[in-house]
This record gives sequence, structure tokens and C-alpha cells, in this order.
Amino acid sequence: MKTIQILAIAFILAIFMVPLGCAKNIKGRTDDAPMLQPAKTDIDAGNWKPILLTGPTEFPVAAPAAISTPGYLAEINEIKGFQKNINSEQEKSIRYWGAGGVLRWNEIMRELVAKYNLPPYQNADGSYPFPSAANPFAYPLFPFANPPYAARAYAYVSAAQYDGLVAAWYYKKLYNRAAPYKNDATVIAKLPQSDLPSYPSEDAVLAGVTAEMMKLLFPGEIAFIQQKADEQKLARIISGSNTRSDIEAGEALGRLVAQKFTVRARADRAGAAAGTQADWTKLETDALAKGETPWYSLDLPKRPPMLPLFGKVKPFLFDEATTIAIRPGPPPLVNSDQMRKETAEVKDQIDHPTREKTAIVHFWADGVGTYAPPGHWDAIAAEDFIGKNFSEVRWARNMALINMSLMDAGIVCWDTKYFYFNPRPTQLNPAIKTLTGIPNFPAYISGHSTFSAAAASILGYLIPERAAAYDDMAKEASNSRLYGGIHYRSDCEVGLTTGKKVGEYAISRAKTDGAN
Amino acid sequence: MKKIKEKICQWRSIAIFCLILTQCSLSAQTDLDAIMMSKNNFCTGLMYQHGSWNNYWEGTLKRDNQNLGTVSNNMYAVMGNYGISGKLNLLFGLPYVNTKASAGTLHSMNGLQDLPLWVKWMPFEKRVGPGTLSLYGIGGLSIPVSNYIADYLPLSIGLKSTNFSLRGMVDYQIGSIFATLSGTYVVRNNVTIDRSSYYTDQLILSNEVEMPNVATINFRFGYRSSLGIAELVLNQSNTLGGFDITRNNMPFPSNQMNATTAGLAFKYNVSAVEGLSLIGGTNFTIAGRNVGQTNSFNGGLFYILDFSKKEKTSSSDKSTTN
Repeated sequence: MKTIQILAIAFILAIFMVPLGCAKNIKGRTDDAPMLQPAKTDIDAGNWKPILLTGPTEFPVAAPAAISTPGYLAEINEIKGFQKNINSEQEKSIRYWGAGGVLRWNEIMRELVAKYNLPPYQNADGSYPFPSAANPFAYPLFPFANPPYAARAYAYVSAAQYDGLVAAWYYKKLYNRAAPYKNDATVIAKLPQSDLPSYPSEDAVLAGVTAEMMKLLFPGEIAFIQQKADEQKLARIISGSNTRSDIEAGEALGRLVAQKFTVRARADRAGAAAGTQADWTKLETDALAKGETPWYSLDLPKRPPMLPLFGKVKPFLFDEATTIAIRPGPPPLVNSDQMRKETAEVKDQIDHPTREKTAIVHFWADGVGTYAPPGHWDAIAAEDFIGKNFSEVRWARNMALINMSLMDAGIVCWDTKYFYFNPRPTQLNPAIKTLTGIPNFPAYISGHSTFSAAAASILGYLIPERAAAYDDMAKEASNSRLYGGIHYRSDCEVGLTTGKKVGEYAISRAKTDGAN
Repeated sequence: MKKIKEKICQWRSIAIFCLILTQCSLSAQTDLDAIMMSKNNFCTGLMYQHGSWNNYWEGTLKRDNQNLGTVSNNMYAVMGNYGISGKLNLLFGLPYVNTKASAGTLHSMNGLQDLPLWVKWMPFEKRVGPGTLSLYGIGGLSIPVSNYIADYLPLSIGLKSTNFSLRGMVDYQIGSIFATLSGTYVVRNNVTIDRSSYYTDQLILSNEVEMPNVATINFRFGYRSSLGIAELVLNQSNTLGGFDITRNNMPFPSNQMNATTAGLAFKYNVSAVEGLSLIGGTNFTIAGRNVGQTNSFNGGLFYILDFSKKEKTSSSDKSTTN
């Protein structure tokens, strides 16, 4: 009996030793990203083609004081003072931002999208409230960062960061002020040293651009973003990479560039994309007039369609006429044999969900509460760029190309969706139960497919050795919507070909923007 | 006056605590009650439970959801309890679960869920005052037995974490009236999900999810004799950490899921067939956080196989039990 009791105690203790041995904390894939150490400085990037700026000197940056002036020496002393009393939080902040400003700001943007990607809860009468930019803290919080909103937000921030850095690089080369650790041997370089001139600071440009763009895109997060911007700027000073005047010149430049993008954004028609009751009714009556079955919302209560006029938003890579020119031909008629066949195929998929296919559905779902499909492609791109030793300006250029592709893919896709206003599989056959949530907009063409093909195309151009892998990912993302019961095959296939067309525009820009 | 412990198969109700929106852990009451199987007796049986809810708590806000309607789940389980000795029992269960929503478009789920293994040890049993006091130590391990999907709440069949539990329990019985109080601490291992990032109160770029630990208090009070058992059961489960579902968001495995439940449990020992018992019970969720307001009922049938008689005739070696 004694033996049994000892065994029992041993067993109980043993099962508690197992979990104690396992660390519970989760490490994010980029938490320990290596410090950015560009293979080349891209010193001539001031000549690269900006997106919106008329040229790199549109917003002049004053010449910095000479490094022999008392003012500059005082700034060096500020760095030394910080370095003398550096604490572990500051060291951590230096390492975090040292992995790359474009990378970190993109991650922060994705975090905001995930936080705000929540459809508003209905009113008591079954209607839905709309978020208000004028009162972002009242429920429903502004914005509802759904996929088109997210695509546009990523694109504006990325494009503005790129233009800001092109201008910064122009002045870096012009004024050629070396980094503090090169001007004073006792300043410690806490980050990899670089020959890139430090005035104006590229990190401060990024901080200024992003903080300024938040006023438009996530007005409820201005304080949060400002805090991040302040952290980034301080990290650069403490790391010995920039003096205060490098930072101030960079931030001012970034804010001016962002203001130009804000002016564009306020006039790009996205503000009216939600439409009105009259617009929603017209979509339905137009489809009926064509003899088609109109889409209707599968949310309960029925929700107004998501951003039906987003297809009219001004794209970055082409003009509005091209949006319509790229629009694919119609989907199979609702009463056609082809549509019956495709609906049956969706039903068959959801009746036999293998574990592997369901994993694919969930991997690519990127629905409510996530950073949305454009954010997923940003994550794929960013994590691949980490090993590439790009300069910040090249990082920004590549992310801008990807995010402009994603936004424009969203525009073309939304134009197509509301031009045809085609029902989801579950509308045609309510027995089709889906393995993830059904988005609240028409089926044809698949947003996931369009976004994915556009992003995969430009990514394949930027990193040719991974082109086939990106293509496979795009196909898997596209198929995931068929496996999940969300889309017909033709939505997915035509989505892929349409997205690829958008990606081609980004590739032509990339070939001629001076960065090659 | 003496506590009933022998020749009674004590499985009565499963799923005392419903820690997630739809689904209930297989927690045989036996691992929560003050009854031991006799040496070399093996009690086994089948259980069924049905649970459903219309309302749930989104954080602390109670609401319904027209896109879910009524969320229901069924659990079918095989369970067993073997007496290594009168003071040391081994228990296991194997549940199959299915879930569905009556409205909306989300697909139903089903599959084998988690296999719990328990070691139940009674180091102390003595007459104290007018009744009998007994103390128990219980250690548990629960392992997912299929590759089911945890990240599909509220329709997941489980949370898929491997759990380690330690429970202390005290029981006092006077005549046929008893009271049992237990406290349990559950260490939950991290789970992996099918996506590469998720948002809690921050964005996490990983497919691994940290599952906060759980603490549970269980109180039972009622009648216990050779006829059977009738008892009131109160349970409080709290997730020690985790986050709230934000407004109109989907639930997530690492939410802070708390529940207060009250229920009744019955067992009837069929006198005509020695070793056969029937059980039934019901549970109501009184309060909660990030869980469905589940009401459930259950029933089952159990039978005791007595290996000790054979042993007596065949061998005197106590170490060979079966």
C-alpha cells in the first residue's frame, strides 16, 4: 500500500513537471528580426521616380549646420548623455526599430487593421450604424477596416513613405552629413554602421509620414501612433545613428509629404464608397432589369453591401478608365447549366471537408478581426524582405509597389463585384454551409484571388527566385475560397487572371522607376 | 452510517464546466466526487450529453446572435474507472462531439475530442464527529485525440490544449447526507492554429497561442446511499488570464472564459442487476464571460465488472490485478 501511495504522488508530481518545462510565452516571427544592414545604400535613390511628388525637391529641406558648429556639438553631447544612462527598455527599442522602420510601421499598420476589422453591430430596428470619421471613438469605432479600406490604408502609407524617402535620399546625397558615430569617435554605434548620410533621418521621415497619415486613416489611434513615432525617433538618437537635427528635418519632410497624400486621399472618392440607400436599391433593380438574380446579404439582419462604390476610387497605378477596361466579362448566368454545375461543385466541397483543405481555408481566411488579405500579403512580403538587406528606401519602394497593387486590385475587384452583383453560392443553395464567414458583398470575382494574384505578380518580379512559390500561394489562397464554400470556381479563376493584370501595371512601373 | 463506496458505479454526469461557447469538457463526475471503486473493480459505461445556448457573453455583455441562432452540441462518451486499490483509482474517458448553429451559414463540426486520464487517490478516511471525513488528491492529464480545429469558435468541438490538472477534495458524510468541496488548477499547454497571425489585444505573428491556466471550484451537496445519489452541484470556473471578445468580434481559444453553473445530478443503482446503474443530470449556466449560456442535460448507463472474485480463486498474488 505504501508503494502505491508513493507511486500516486510521483505520478501527480510528474504530470506537473511537464508543463512547467514548457515556455508559454509566444514569440512572434519577427520579434528577433536581425538589425537592418543594407547591402548597398542606394545613394542615388533621390533620382527614383516618386509616386505623387513632382520631384524630390518639391518640399525643400534646409541645409544642415556644419558639424563643427556649437549646435551640432551640443547634439552630439545629447547622444552621449543618453548613451551614458541607457536602460534596457531603450536598448530593446533600438533593436526593435533597428530591424527596419518600413518593416515595423507595416506591422503596426497591420495591427491597427486587425483591431478595427470588425463589422458594426446592428441597431435595435435592424438597420446598421456607420462609423463616423468625425467621432472615431463612438461605437461603431471609425474605421471599419474591411479589406478595401485596409488595402487603401496600406497603399497610402506605403506610397507616402516611399515618396518621403526618395526626397530624403536626394537631400542626404546633397548635404552628405555623416552619421554621429562617424563624426565623433566616442559616440557608440548601437546599430550596424552605414555610409549613408544621416541628414535628414530616414526613420524620422517614416515616423512623420505615418503619424500624419493616421489623422485621416485611423483618427482614434493618433496618440498611439505618435507614441510609436516618438519611440522610433528617440531610438535613433540613442543608438548614435542620428542627431536631433537629422530627426527634426526628417520628420518635417515626412509630414509635408504625407499631407500631399492626404489631399489626394480626401478626393479619391473612397469617402463616398459606402453609398446610400438609393445606390443599394439601384444595384438590385439593375440586376433584376438584366433578368439576373441580384445578390443579397446573408448577414442577419441583412446588412447594406460593403463599400459598393469602392470600384470608383482613384487607383494609383492606372486611371479610372483602365479600371473599367480591366473589368472581366460576366459570370455564368444564374440559371445556366454552368452555374448549376459550379454551385454543385461548391456543395460537394463543403460536404467533404478534409482536414488539410480546412486548414487551407483558415490559413487564408483573413476575415473579421484580422489584418485582411492585403495584410497577409504584406506579411509574406515583409518576412521575405527581412533577409534581403534592402535599404529603407528600397524597402519602401517594394512595399509601395505591393500595396498599390493590392489597393488597385481591390478597386478593380469591387468594380466587378458591383457591376455584376452576383449571388454567393449559399444564396443559390442555402444548404451550402461555409467553413469561414461569408463576406458581405457579391461573389464575382473573388477578392482573395484578385488581391493574391496582384501581390504575387509584383512580388515575383521583386524576388524572382520566389516567383513560383508566390504563384502557388496565390493559387492556394484562391482555392481556399472554393474549399470553404465562399466562392464558385469561376470567381476564383477570373479573380486570379484579373489580379495578375493589375500586378502587371506594378511591374511596368517597377521597371521604369529608376530603382533597378 | 458508513459511506457507500463499494459495488457502486459512480459515473453520473459529464461536463460540469462548459469552458467554451459551445462545448463542454468531458469531466466525469467521478473525478469530482468522493467515491472510490473497490480493488480490481472496473466500472465502464456510455454517456450522452446535449447542451445548447441562444445567448452568450461577449466579454461581460450578454447578447444573442442572429447569425448563430441556437448553438448546440452533443457529446457521446465511453468512460471507465478501475480500482487499483480501494484508495487508488484510474479513470479515463473518450468523447465524440458534434456542434452546429441553427441559423447563419457556418458549417457544423464533429470529431473525437480530448482523452482525459485521472489518478484518484484517497489518503485519508476516518470517522470525525458524527460523520465520515475523507480527503482526496486527484491528478489529471487530458490529450486531444484527433486533429480537430480549435480556432473555429463558437463551433469548435474543443480548445485542443493538452491539460494537466491537480485537484484537492474533501468530503464529509453524515448518514445519507453528504457535502463535497474541491478545487482544481489546470495548466494548459499552448495550442497551434491554422493561421499565421492573430489579434488578441495585440497582433501576434505566430500560429502558436498561449492558453492561460484555469482554476475551478466545485461544490456538491445531497443524498448518497446504496439506492443511489441525488445532489445539487455548483461549479465556478475561471480562466486565469486571457482577453475579452471585442464588440461583434469572433471568440478565440485564449479568451478569458469564466462560467458559474448550477445543476442537479442523479444516480439510480438498479437493484435487480448488481453493478448496473443509470445516471442523469442537468446543468444551467448562471453567469459567464466569453462563454455561451449553456443549458445541458445528460444521461448514461454504467456497469461494474468485478475482477476480484476471479483473482481470489486463481491466484493469491496481489500484484497481478488483471
